[in-house]
Amino acid sequence: MSETHAQTVSFVRDTMLPPTPPPMGERGAVKWMRENLFSTPLNVALTLLGLLSIYALISAALPWWLNSVWVAESLSECREIVAASAGEGATGACWAMIRERWHQFLFGFYPPAEWWRPILALGLLLAALAPVLFAGQKRNLTVVLGAVAIYLLVTLSLAATPGTAFGLAMVLILGMLGLAQVQPGKLLWFTVLYPALCFWLLWGGSIWSPIVAMAGFGVLYAVFRLASPFIGLAPAAGAGVVAAVLWWLYIDIPVVNALQIAMPFGLQSINSDQFGGFLLAIVIGVTGITFSLPIGILLALGRQSDMLIVKTLSVGFIEFVRGVPLITLLFTASLLLQYFLPPGTNFDIILRVIILVTFFAAAYLAEVIRGGLAALPRGQYEAADALGLDYWRAQRLIILPQALKVSIPAIVSTFIGLFKDTTLVAFVGLMDPLKGVTQIVRADIDWKGIYWEPYIFVGAIFFIICFGMSRYSMYLEQKLKTDHR
Amino acid sequence: MADAAKMQITDEIAIQITSMNKWYGQFHVLRDINITVQRGERIVICGPSGSGKSTLIRCINRLEEHQQGQIIVDGTELTNDLKNIDKVRSEVGMVFQHFNLFPHLTILENLTLAPIWVRKVPKKEAEETAMYFLKKVKIPEQANKYPGQLSGGQQQRVAIARSLCMKPRIMLFDEPTSALDPEMIKEVLDTMIQLAEEGMTMLCVTHEMGFAQAVANRVIFMDQGQIVEQNEPKEFFSNPKSDRTKLFLSQILGH
Repeated sequence: MSETHAQTVSFVRDTMLPPTPPPMGERGAVKWMRENLFSTPLNVALTLLGLLSIYALISAALPWWLNSVWVAESLSECREIVAASAGEGATGACWAMIRERWHQFLFGFYPPAEWWRPILALGLLLAALAPVLFAGQKRNLTVVLGAVAIYLLVTLSLAATPGTAFGLAMVLILGMLGLAQVQPGKLLWFTVLYPALCFWLLWGGSIWSPIVAMAGFGVLYAVFRLASPFIGLAPAAGAGVVAAVLWWLYIDIPVVNALQIAMPFGLQSINSDQFGGFLLAIVIGVTGITFSLPIGILLALGRQSDMLIVKTLSVGFIEFVRGVPLITLLFTASLLLQYFLPPGTNFDIILRVIILVTFFAAAYLAEVIRGGLAALPRGQYEAADALGLDYWRAQRLIILPQALKVSIPAIVSTFIGLFKDTTLVAFVGLMDPLKGVTQIVRADIDWKGIYWEPYIFVGAIFFIICFGMSRYSMYLEQKLKTDHR
Repeated sequence: MADAAKMQITDEIAIQITSMNKWYGQFHVLRDINITVQRGERIVICGPSGSGKSTLIRCINRLEEHQQGQIIVDGTELTNDLKNIDKVRSEVGMVFQHFNLFPHLTILENLTLAPIWVRKVPKKEAEETAMYFLKKVKIPEQANKYPGQLSGGQQQRVAIARSLCMKPRIMLFDEPTSALDPEMIKEVLDTMIQLAEEGMTMLCVTHEMGFAQAVANRVIFMDQGQIVEQNEPKEFFSNPKSDRTKLFLSQILGH
């Protein structure tokens, strides 16, 4: 039949029809609204209901925001101002409290004259993170370091920084900015040294203690290099660790004291109980995040290991830590840990909390990373083996880059969880921004009864930081996407 | 190409497998395997699925562990000694059915990774070698793409080039064309034939009987974990001895 058809009807198009726009009702906002908001009677009803509830929410909350008071001495003064301007019975936010007490939310009881130190530490933290987060990307590095330079210039001058410190900080950050243009890879050295610098800036004391403590790592490396030709890599690493621990236990303090006498230089010591607010949350959160990732990776690999002892220890650690609430661990940190340590050792409470928060996050991360490892096809392991790569090289070059890439969303979720969990340190008497500082503010006779404002303020800052982490993880996923499926 | 079969075979022994046995749990997968491979020999291993042919060549670079008998590769015996295993693996190249390229690295990085980290070749030199082998498999223009952007046939040729970059003395092929479209099989086989003509010692598990006839010196037929028959390709195809071989050949050549 088709043959006859082909012969009887012959049609050849000689001009192609030009494309025409779709009809009015089928494009743009009209189409979108018709399809998404008003497609069925039920949808129309739900849309109207939704609009009504949004209106109810806004009309209830808007006056409170619009009547905000920014300058007042106390909550009662706030209320008087609101009553005077918006009439009796009107509500209004009292942001004057934030204006008066912002420093406690940020620094806790850190002495005002030394505020420049956490400010500088935060700026340098961003500068130290940039080479890790944007490895080798000159443009992003320049933007971050430039922003840090401007931030430091403004905040340090506002915080009445001593001239020398201000000058040194600017020289440092501008030097890094310059280095980023020439050899961005070298910036990682600053990242390596930053923990010691940060520790010294925040807690103060002799400049020699961070230097001598860092020298412990030098001892570790030197022993490792000297011993490895004779006793093999793993025993040499063990010997290095032992030497470094001995260094920190027995040599560290006398050397610091001697150097301090010979060349006295230091910052005023600040006690851990003066830390509070976001300073505390960020110190715990950032340290926890930094150290939990490598520990989590090792635990995940340990759990997959063929070696019985390594495997048992990893599984035991992960299951125990995951099975216990974080608060239990924090109580352990604040109370029990002292019993297990030699009498007389004064083990800093923030340090103890950091260690347990790190372990807690590491156990979660280990499971997240194990998921990533399990997602890799067996062929990847076999190909790495067949090329003659040994275990650690195969892990580092082939397996982990892929496993970590798969687990980025879950890893960042764990990090965000960790950061928000830092507020739980309130339970061991540390001054976290949410409960600790807010309670102090609300205990003040001037601000008694203030309720929404501190929580909104703290919540907003937490949101900005966590949202930033989430956006970065999305950027990273996009950047590492190479499968082109 | 026809005379490829009688090229450079030497008396030197490349692989010696003596009464080797392997079990998966209770299941006896390889039974009393004895094979001697001379340097320069090209051996095709065929047989029905589940006959243990993949397992056999995976034992040669210790991706699978054998429980009894002896495997000596290039004078190194495969035991639990990790040093020996790594030594053998760096001398023996392997090409997999599913290519197993590293998806997070570019083609060039895939090729240079092992030479740089295992052989300690300087990066620049490794890249030159990589480009040389990419030209040889006829895809130098893909060097900076990622594996996911290449077709199956191209990926398999990259995988062959990746093995060659380690300058192996022996190449193992584990069904290299089984996951490919018919059009792409030819380009991979051409690469393998070229390699055979250059005198590489090759062990190849494949169902490509045309390839076996063209380049192999010897065809090994396996069934149920045992070597049933081995012979020169001409003799093997025209005059199979065992009934099992006859049945197999009639099934794969029958249509």
